[in-house]
Amino acid sequence: MNNPQLNKHGELQHLLSTEGLPVSILRDILDRTASFVNVAAGSEIKKVPLLHGKSVFNLFFENSTRTRTTFEIAAKRLSADVVNLNIGSSSSSKGETLLDTVDNLCAMHADMFVVRHSQSGAAHLIARHVAPRIHVINAGDGRHAHPTQALLDMFTIRHYKKEFHNLRVVIVGDILHSRVARSQIHALTTLGVPEVRVIAPRTLLPACVERLGVHVYHDMLQGLREVDVVMMLRLQNERMQGALLPSAQEYFKYYGLTQEKLALAKADAIVMHPGPMNRGVEIDSSVADGTHSVILPQVTFGIAVRMAAMSMLAGK
Amino acid sequence: MKIHIKNGRLIDPKNRIDAQQDLFISAGKVTAIGNAPAGFVADKIIDATGLVVMPGLIDLAARLREPGYEYKATLESEMDAAATGGITTLACPPDTDPPLDEPGLVEMLKHRARVLNQAHVYPVGALTYGLKGVELTEMAELADAGCVAFSQADAPLTDTRVLMRAMQYASTFGFSVWLRPQDNFLAKNGVAHDGEVATRLGLPAIPVCAEAIALTTMLQLARETGVRLHICRISSESGISLVRAAKQHGMSVTCDVSANHVHLSEMDIGFFDANCHLVPPLRSLRDRAVLRAALLDGTIDAICSDHSPVDEDAKQLPFAEAEPGATGLELLLPLVLKWAGQDKFALADALARVTLRPAQIMGLDAGHLSVGAAADVCVFDPEAWWKIEPAALKSQGKNTPFTGLELQGKVRYTLVDGKVVYQT
Repeated sequence: MNNPQLNKHGELQHLLSTEGLPVSILRDILDRTASFVNVAAGSEIKKVPLLHGKSVFNLFFENSTRTRTTFEIAAKRLSADVVNLNIGSSSSSKGETLLDTVDNLCAMHADMFVVRHSQSGAAHLIARHVAPRIHVINAGDGRHAHPTQALLDMFTIRHYKKEFHNLRVVIVGDILHSRVARSQIHALTTLGVPEVRVIAPRTLLPACVERLGVHVYHDMLQGLREVDVVMMLRLQNERMQGALLPSAQEYFKYYGLTQEKLALAKADAIVMHPGPMNRGVEIDSSVADGTHSVILPQVTFGIAVRMAAMSMLAGK
Repeated sequence: MKIHIKNGRLIDPKNRIDAQQDLFISAGKVTAIGNAPAGFVADKIIDATGLVVMPGLIDLAARLREPGYEYKATLESEMDAAATGGITTLACPPDTDPPLDEPGLVEMLKHRARVLNQAHVYPVGALTYGLKGVELTEMAELADAGCVAFSQADAPLTDTRVLMRAMQYASTFGFSVWLRPQDNFLAKNGVAHDGEVATRLGLPAIPVCAEAIALTTMLQLARETGVRLHICRISSESGISLVRAAKQHGMSVTCDVSANHVHLSEMDIGFFDANCHLVPPLRSLRDRAVLRAALLDGTIDAICSDHSPVDEDAKQLPFAEAEPGATGLELLLPLVLKWAGQDKFALADALARVTLRPAQIMGLDAGHLSVGAAADVCVFDPEAWWKIEPAALKSQGKNTPFTGLELQGKVRYTLVDGKVVYQT
């Protein structure tokens, strides 16, 4: 099986998942991100011409304002032409298949697709289908992967902790349904984090999750002990249906991050969240807005990391 | 028409023949093995030097997609594929549209198949109307129309009282009930084995206990009702344990596995290969090893193709949305040969899993080459390699996880009732 993300020279062809990416590529993206942080922050240089003349299509089959916006800003700061398509369910209800839609956009000379879809594997399907000159970035597919989110998280960790090889990182929440968690786990283990933990009730953990290289905890008081980084996950309200959880209240009591529980982590621990947050469900407001929180810097870095990924794919 | 198949290696599991023997056919029947009957003058001589001569293959699960799904496949295309695969008898599941729940539909299917004059087609009737799991079908009428067994195909039957009564009713007439074990609640929305691969790819999963729980229920009810139960497409180690125990307790239960599951595991899904979206899901490597061991010790009686042609568009979708199933008629023999070679299983014993044993499960006097038996014969070249290329398949379904694989064993002649229906 060839890695569908790399071309035959081992260069990044598509960004579909953090799994299977060589550590050199991950580091390269993080280094590029650092160089874009100033541009992204919009301080002195507003734009760079790296993607001048290129067309980036934001292809969102699932609603998302935040992620789509960061991709749009990133592409514009790289001087690309950006087209946003919120396809939702409208196109499929007209009978057009996913690949028909893609074919049509290819005919409009797209250079890059940023794809979000509710089904795991949708970005892989598109990447397999398009001509080699077109690049695909997965902006979230089902429960599978959300590589740019994980990369911005890695950048944030490196920004605050400098190194990966001496860290203890914990991911808390709905691992089962989370593409963010999967991408974070692969990125962390590839970058050399020696201890990655997950904390969740057993209904929110997928089978054999330990084979991804994580230590499994069900008790937050155990799992948070002495960690350097706490990565919280969003809990979707629909998890109360389907007998996965009894109530948001009970979840918050046992798996919500509070100041008291955070005190078990290292004194200089950072707290992250991919957003949007459910305050009072997975995280207490005092933690979200507290001194350990790096949740807003994450958003800032999100633009830079997407600029880095896009420019790298464009070979610039 | 008198046919003399000479110089071949004749393998007939039932009669324990595996030797170079000539086969003589006249009036659609086997008339002699070894020496020609007195006065036999062949109209056609097939030189089978270097080839294997065996009873035609019998497939317990081949979806022909008629009626209702002609855009996926037609009787013409699939019967052609069966002949190319050396298959001379096949059972088709009732999950057509409409399902095979009325005698008229069964008669029409049988008639359509008979006109094509290729493999013998035996419909499996729906156990409940519309496969809805609520009301019983007219099983006796359906049997008169040609059904050899009754099944829910892949449709759920969650009401255990209905299932018990269906078994009681079927056993009244001595019909067998074919069921694929899967607990509908546990399997809900699942598309892959609940293991490492589904976790990595973020695919909704089906736990192994979905098979074990349904199987436990089926076995209990079969014991209670005394019905002849055939378990379709077993996929897991715990499923095998249950069937093995039931057999050891003397229950009249049989079981089959699809050729796909003999060779593939969850690992083959790779990066979302929709051709590996199968029902039941491909399970772990350990499950596959246990399935193979169960074939050797006889816990699994038969291997079927689980032929499910799917149109190209239905596979060009994200994994979970892609329609499950794979084409299989033309791959059954080479996949069985590959398995027998890998597991060093005697060829005659391996071929019994696709001839004699499935015939017994269907309640047919077929799958052997005794004198007087119908001359349903497959002649294949055991040495010939061929590459699986979708475009070259006769089946309208081009979808197979084995695309690009080179397999050994190529059918040269297929005879049904003493008539050559395929040769190359």
